[in-house]
Amino acid sequence: MITDWIWGLLGGLMIGAAGAVYLLGNGRIMGASGIIGRIVDAKGSQALEAAAFVAAMIAAPAVIALVWLPGTETHLTSDWLVIAVAGLLVGLGTRIANGCTSGHGVCGMSRLSPRGIVATLVFMASGIATVAIFRHVLEII
Amino acid sequence: MRIFFAILSGGLFGAGLLLSGMTDTNKVQGFLDLFGNWDPTLAFVMGGAMIPMAIAWQMTKSRTPVIGGSFPEMPATEFDRRLITGSVLFGLGWGLAGLCPGPAIASLTYGGTGGFLFLAAMLIGMRLAPTASRYLDSRSAAA
Repeated sequence: MITDWIWGLLGGLMIGAAGAVYLLGNGRIMGASGIIGRIVDAKGSQALEAAAFVAAMIAAPAVIALVWLPGTETHLTSDWLVIAVAGLLVGLGTRIANGCTSGHGVCGMSRLSPRGIVATLVFMASGIATVAIFRHVLEII
Repeated sequence: MRIFFAILSGGLFGAGLLLSGMTDTNKVQGFLDLFGNWDPTLAFVMGGAMIPMAIAWQMTKSRTPVIGGSFPEMPATEFDRRLITGSVLFGLGWGLAGLCPGPAIASLTYGGTGGFLFLAAMLIGMRLAPTASRYLDSRSAAA
């Protein structure tokens, strides 16, 4: 359990370092939903930069999982309806709100952005309520 | 240079997500399961990520981005319908599956068919978002 927290902290530091590199290097906020959104919109040089980011973001954990942590899995539900609905809501919600856990959460909160703090509190509260209802009341997830 | 920073940052981000445990939906849903068997790992990840980011924001005050230009300004303090409704919808999907956009991408090679389905649905949602946003704006204007 305690090792989980230490890995959490270490991985978190790496995520923060990633955000720091993107900010100080390219002058951009490292938000996963925003970066993926720029590929979806396919706007020239911005899409190229975003595609490079996403390619590295897939490749680095792929190599670690292959070489160092075989058997890594996500424990995602096998219920395809839940997956499809959840994916749709995550895509829709993060782009309507203009940010997700990385953009509003990590980057926004660390500069004490009121919008980032409010968005993070709202999606956390929404996520907590969702798990409470769907796990403990409806017992679907 | 721009592409170099994007690759360095993306690689660190993806590796950090895997090593921190955030591509494991059990850990994410465990954090959101405040009324069950609560798993605090995500709080450590958030806390760890805040430290370099807070330092980076401090550093922006006395320099410009390496590739030139300027740093993003603090957005105006406005809690509009988009921010709140979007975050509620995102939290709903996040709670249901335990994946947010970053981990959904980072876990693509080991997330199985379900991971691909989630990503496909997420991309469709992102495509539909501008239309949904305009609808929310028209509701705001009417209110």
